[in-house]
Amino acid sequence: MSAFSAIGEDREIDREEFTPGIEPQATWCPGCGDFSVLKALKQALPEVGRNPEEVAVFTGIGCSGKLNSYLDSYGFHTIHGRSVPVARAAKLANPDLEVIAAGGDGDGYGIGGNHFIHTARENHDMTYVVFNNEIFGLTKGQTSPTSPKGHKSKTQPHGSAKDPIRPLSLGLTAGASYIARTAAVNPNQAAEILAEAIEHDGFAHVDFLTQCPTWNKDAKSYVPYTDVQESDEFDFDITDREEAAQMMYEVESKLYEGEVLTGRFYVDEDRPSYTEEKKATGEMPEEPLAERYFDEDAEWERSYDLLEHHT
Amino acid sequence: MTEHELIWRIAGGSGDGIDSTSQNFAKALMRAGLNVFTHRHYPSRIRGGHTYVEVRAKDEEVTSRGDGYNFLLSLGDSFARNPAEDAYYGNEELKPLSENLDELREGGIIVYDTGLIDEEDVEDLNLEERAEENDWHVYPINLREIAREHGRDVMRNTAGVGVTAALLGMDVSYFEELITQNMSGDIQEDNLKVLDDAFELAEEFEHTHDLSVPTGENEQELGLMNGSNAIAYGALDAGCRFIAGYPMTPWTEVFTIMSQHMSEFGGIAEQVEDEIAAAAMALGASHAGVKAMSGSSGGGFALMSEPLGLAEMTETPVVLVEAMRAGPSTGMPTKPEQGDLEHVLYTSQGDSNRVVFAPAGVKEAYEQTRLAFELAYDYQLPAIVVYDQKIEGELRSVPVEFFDREPDPDVGKVLSEEEIKEAAHHESGIFERFDPDAEDGVSPRTIPGQKGGRHLTSGNETNPYGHIDEDPDNRVAQMSRRMQKLDRIREDLDENESSNQAYRGPEDAQYGIITWGSQQGTVFEAVDRLNDEGHSVKALGVSDLMPYPEAEVTEFVESVEEAVVVEMNASGQFKGLTQKELGRFGDKLSSLLKYNGNPFEPAEIVEGYEAIVEDEPAVPGDSTTFVPAAGD
Repeated sequence: MSAFSAIGEDREIDREEFTPGIEPQATWCPGCGDFSVLKALKQALPEVGRNPEEVAVFTGIGCSGKLNSYLDSYGFHTIHGRSVPVARAAKLANPDLEVIAAGGDGDGYGIGGNHFIHTARENHDMTYVVFNNEIFGLTKGQTSPTSPKGHKSKTQPHGSAKDPIRPLSLGLTAGASYIARTAAVNPNQAAEILAEAIEHDGFAHVDFLTQCPTWNKDAKSYVPYTDVQESDEFDFDITDREEAAQMMYEVESKLYEGEVLTGRFYVDEDRPSYTEEKKATGEMPEEPLAERYFDEDAEWERSYDLLEHHT
Repeated sequence: MTEHELIWRIAGGSGDGIDSTSQNFAKALMRAGLNVFTHRHYPSRIRGGHTYVEVRAKDEEVTSRGDGYNFLLSLGDSFARNPAEDAYYGNEELKPLSENLDELREGGIIVYDTGLIDEEDVEDLNLEERAEENDWHVYPINLREIAREHGRDVMRNTAGVGVTAALLGMDVSYFEELITQNMSGDIQEDNLKVLDDAFELAEEFEHTHDLSVPTGENEQELGLMNGSNAIAYGALDAGCRFIAGYPMTPWTEVFTIMSQHMSEFGGIAEQVEDEIAAAAMALGASHAGVKAMSGSSGGGFALMSEPLGLAEMTETPVVLVEAMRAGPSTGMPTKPEQGDLEHVLYTSQGDSNRVVFAPAGVKEAYEQTRLAFELAYDYQLPAIVVYDQKIEGELRSVPVEFFDREPDPDVGKVLSEEEIKEAAHHESGIFERFDPDAEDGVSPRTIPGQKGGRHLTSGNETNPYGHIDEDPDNRVAQMSRRMQKLDRIREDLDENESSNQAYRGPEDAQYGIITWGSQQGTVFEAVDRLNDEGHSVKALGVSDLMPYPEAEVTEFVESVEEAVVVEMNASGQFKGLTQKELGRFGDKLSSLLKYNGNPFEPAEIVEGYEAIVEDEPAVPGDSTTFVPAAGD
């Protein structure tokens, strides 16, 4: 019998179960795109049959880090840039958990960039939502890795000399097996994409455009937007790596020309998740490791049995 | 030399099989009934790769390397990068002979390979003259020829062992047995032939020396292992089944041993992108209910600072190990030092709230690693085992029985779902994870996936449910609760039957020597000699660094007139810690420091002590530094 009976519970789940009694109302700035991520998650999680106690949400630092406070589940508000390695280890320790990591564009593409690359490379079975508002909001408006070239801020008074990072292309090159971009202004698409990302067996990377009306007033609020899957203008195969790469490049460039293109850009359902790969090499226990510590009858191996090498 | 002991030094190039040969040699002596201890010289990579390993064997327990040695097997450096005589750094091929002569004791034996070392070069060393002066007994022999006759050049080391056995009157069957166990096929057969051939050849030599192998009889079965084995085994026996790491010398050894056994032990080992991820992953696994660890050496451990602080703030149990090497920065990567004490005690922002142990040897490393896990999980905080290259690589013979222990997979106060039902919750159903009034400061945990256990965990200050909270009263309540854990741990440790601190010498001694971690064995050897010479001195070896063993150290310092603190760093970090913790004794404590990349030798401590006690102005010898007590 599992020590974790919330996992896989078969029942109807109401989205309001994800509203915490302690901080039911989020306190992001009025008009902030982060509200939409919260709303989309609250919609997606019950849709895919997940209850608050089988979900573990790991956040970084930034306005996005407050997500835990407003979403009732097991939550771990970690440190800047490190939500992903904390999250993926929890998944290895208990693969039955639904693991979601979330952070901002500075958190995921800047300070935590190395972890993003390697977690995508290893294809850990988890969802990573990046709140991309093209700015550092919590520290009051500095240029971020996704700010457009020429972006002026107090720390870049003459305008940024740097081209912005290309998050979708980066995810693809690194090895993510589900890559999508959605926008706060498109709640239905956002909820659908998050539901797909959660259901996906592998590293699902969702670049979520979240306008910042306080510190990025010059930036567009991501309207109008186009869903590439619904538009006749775009025709590409999301399972084809080359076509996806080309499309991503265009989408990333267009954003800075004022055209907001959203949708699914790459899906590889065949790539085994990291847990599966590790099981295949015999480096991963068949049963969730976390269960073993609750099993009073578990047999524990001893180093004493290794001592013949030493005598 | 009063007692009968063998200190056998094998010297050669990197690639000549010095390590494996010395390990087998030590094992053979151990199986023959002796206690053994190995000391590895740390080669300078810049100036050629020649190195040596010493094997010290006695009937009694050995806790340290000796001063000097009495048997040299010099293979020469067959991998010398620059064997030319007029090379800038001198003849590298010859160095395993030429550079080892100064420490050879009177009456000692020299065996060198004439197949590699040129007789003309040996003449230039004035070996004959020096041998006469020192009563050395020199046995040149063509080891390469024997090796080539039956196998390959590298088997020169086996030939050297055969010669050693013949000259010392050792039973060659121990070596035959080891070769049979460790090798197979042609290599095994060839090595056996090389061994026997060399043995027979050397038996026919005219033996002019008195030295022979000591005899002993172990009462219990012994195993040969180093501190890295002990740390890894301690962790596995503590139920650790998750390790994440990134390679770095010298921590890599523990990481390797753990990774090799993790699958068969049903756990998970992860080599990851950097040390930040490694420590963060250990936290993630622990948060999800598993006993987890990570570790690194100086620079890599610096990267773990922030996850370490996160573990303190979120009360996530985790064990980290830190294998010190000479710093700052890249420093001297293959050389030991104890310069990271303050680093492991204080790194990360805010007030430190962690356990730190510095084991003195193999048994202690095993014991204290287990204890680190126990305390980390019982008290929900990070525990660190800090050691250095001396502990990492030194082999010691230890009773096998010592490791015949029950595993301890206990994860501390983790509630079952049944218990969760009875536990305190917010009216909305959120579990009260951080009860400010929790007993001993430890509030029970729930694990993600458990029904009724949901709550938040945050690097921010939080209220009892894990929600961010900056209210002053809440802050003081939570901070005080977390900080009191160290006091409770100190009480626990003081109440334990056996202390992690160790003592040597007469209780009523006039003077004291205090040390910490890896230098304990050497200090104890020095204390024995000093007392034999008529001094009145005792030693204290400290392992508990946080929480600091205030009562024990105070009692020790109060009981002596003066004490010298021996440690392997340049700024006297442990002495500083002691004065900070005790708030006095500045005029009683002096420092004997060494930071040249090599651990203390017993004689350096003996000489340093004599100089201090006899008020000589400077410590003799150029590799140690003396810092007088305040006011002196």
